Amino acid sequence: MSAGADIATARPARDVPVAPLLFAGSLALYIATALATGQHAYLTGEGFVGLTQRMVALGIVALGQTLTILVGSIDLSVANLISVSAVLASFIMKGEPAMIVPAVLAVLALSAAVGLVNGLIIARLDVNPLIATLGVGLILQGLLSASFSNFAGSVPAAFQAFAYGRIGPLPWSVLLLFVLAFAIWLMLTRTRFGAHLYATGGNRDGARLAGLRTERVMIGAHVLCSLMAGLTGLYLASRLRAGAPWVGRDGVYDLESIAVVVIGGTLLAGGRGGVWGTLAGVFLFATLDAVFNMTGIDAFPKQVLRGAIVILAVAVYAVRSKGHVA
Amino acid sequence: MSAVASHTVPSAALRFARGINVGLAVFLALYGTIAVLQPGYFEVEGFLNFLRRAAPLIILACGQLFVIAGGGFDLSMGSLVTLTVLGGSMLAGGNPENTWWTIGVLYLIGLGVGLVNGLVVTLLKVPSIIATLGMLLSLNGAALMWSGGAPRGYLPENFRALGRLVYRDVPVTGIMPLSVLILIGFVGIAAWLLHATVFGRQVLAVGDNPRAAELAGVPVGATRVLVFVISALSAVTAGILLGGFAGVSTAVGQGLELQAIAACVIGGAQLLGGRASVTGAVAGALSLFALFTLLNLMGLPQPLRETVQGLILIAAVASSAWRMRRA
Repeated sequence: MSAGADIATARPARDVPVAPLLFAGSLALYIATALATGQHAYLTGEGFVGLTQRMVALGIVALGQTLTILVGSIDLSVANLISVSAVLASFIMKGEPAMIVPAVLAVLALSAAVGLVNGLIIARLDVNPLIATLGVGLILQGLLSASFSNFAGSVPAAFQAFAYGRIGPLPWSVLLLFVLAFAIWLMLTRTRFGAHLYATGGNRDGARLAGLRTERVMIGAHVLCSLMAGLTGLYLASRLRAGAPWVGRDGVYDLESIAVVVIGGTLLAGGRGGVWGTLAGVFLFATLDAVFNMTGIDAFPKQVLRGAIVILAVAVYAVRSKGHVA
Repeated sequence: MSAVASHTVPSAALRFARGINVGLAVFLALYGTIAVLQPGYFEVEGFLNFLRRAAPLIILACGQLFVIAGGGFDLSMGSLVTLTVLGGSMLAGGNPENTWWTIGVLYLIGLGVGLVNGLVVTLLKVPSIIATLGMLLSLNGAALMWSGGAPRGYLPENFRALGRLVYRDVPVTGIMPLSVLILIGFVGIAAWLLHATVFGRQVLAVGDNPRAAELAGVPVGATRVLVFVISALSAVTAGILLGGFAGVSTAVGQGLELQAIAACVIGGAQLLGGRASVTGAVAGALSLFALFTLLNLMGLPQPLRETVQGLILIAAVASSAWRMRRA
């Protein structure tokens, strides 16, 4: 995705504040629908907490995807890694509270290894990131489905607190999402690695000529992205009380995470964008889910609308860009 | 690409090695292995039956190739195949008299889908990955909506014949599947369009550098729209053939878009545009399909086939990237 020619020509107009606009628009849509359908329960504190809870799974993986897209790459293996992580976690735990720590460590180690492999294939072997991560995703899914065909093991009650526990009115998981977003924002804007990430995504050859080790930056972004996917898998295992080999694919986390990142204003070619736009994109998706629920739209038309909205949300600001996109 | 490197004057053997299409070499190796396991594949009849089953994927790869050559992606192909098969059975309702207008309507739907994809990319400036991803979600939803989630109706016999009819007692080859004739015609048109017309040159120019192409007078927008229309029409064609032997289900087209992209890449097409060949895409699709057939014959459990497919995909692209660096 490092199409050098597109970077200069296809950037969205500078003056569009994507994140606040998306956030305000989604919120207005949510409130208007709740009022119009007379479902005031959605407007209570509990209703809004429920809305943020809908953001967690897609939000965590999308934060990771933001990093790979920023660096000019992409990760199509996240959905499969989420399934692998969820299954591995509940398989190792087998309902034993004592196994929580080993299981979490194993999942994170495996995720980091997958990210490392992705990064190495892309940076060292020069394989197009779409193909590399698609291939790694197929490898993971094949191995997983060959070993497990149904829910494997279970998650002890103590670990379910990750998804269901609360601190005051706020669920732990929502707190985690925002802490992660804040941490990644700090990393992107306040650290050298963050600056190198933008530089590599903006112009890989230029960054290399300026002395950056672009390979390491690329690999680092992929390791972080895979770790986020692993975390999402842990969260899903906790929420579903067990992991199944289809949780990642059923959630379409690969394509949806890319969609929310792009909706959030991050350039698909890399080099421009950030976490808050991504979170706003996730918020839009959570809002749409809630709105479809409130209005009682069927599953199938819902899918049609969702597709159209993905396109329109990107079109709203992309339409003003100069030059050609592919 | 060899012209650029000609000043180094590589040895004759090296030039010969580089001239071989990776996809073709992989296909011959895989097909040879299949034929050793199942001697029937060495006969003309076995090969033609193999071609008949591979025809939908080859057609999809040729359509996708135009979009890739122009610098984009079409992720909506697989869902359009599903819509074609489901829509075909809903419209025709098993009545042979309905077949021909049903096919007409299906091509009109394809034309519409291609136009929308192309216009969203060129006018709304939405990157094709997102535009066609949105189309994928919408078409899947539409196919499910239309069929109510559980497909009713079935495809009439003369509709299914397009994909499965085999002429017997043909001179020279013995048998001749109808879909292989359709395939030959389709590939011929695709090769002519991409390699022998001004339009084909323009597609490659747009994929290589849209700004430069525009300055040179290429109608960039119209070219972009047309490649998406070609891709959508090829998806409808593949869907019609698949309906002949795959049966009616909501999952019939699932994942085909990625297989088509993979076939193009194995055949040496460059993602993000500028370099593409129809023979390469055909060879890539043949090797992918031969791989599936081989894994089937070896009795590998279904899930592990995915794993092998992933390995081959990465290996093929890594080897072509390696050759590019050496060239």
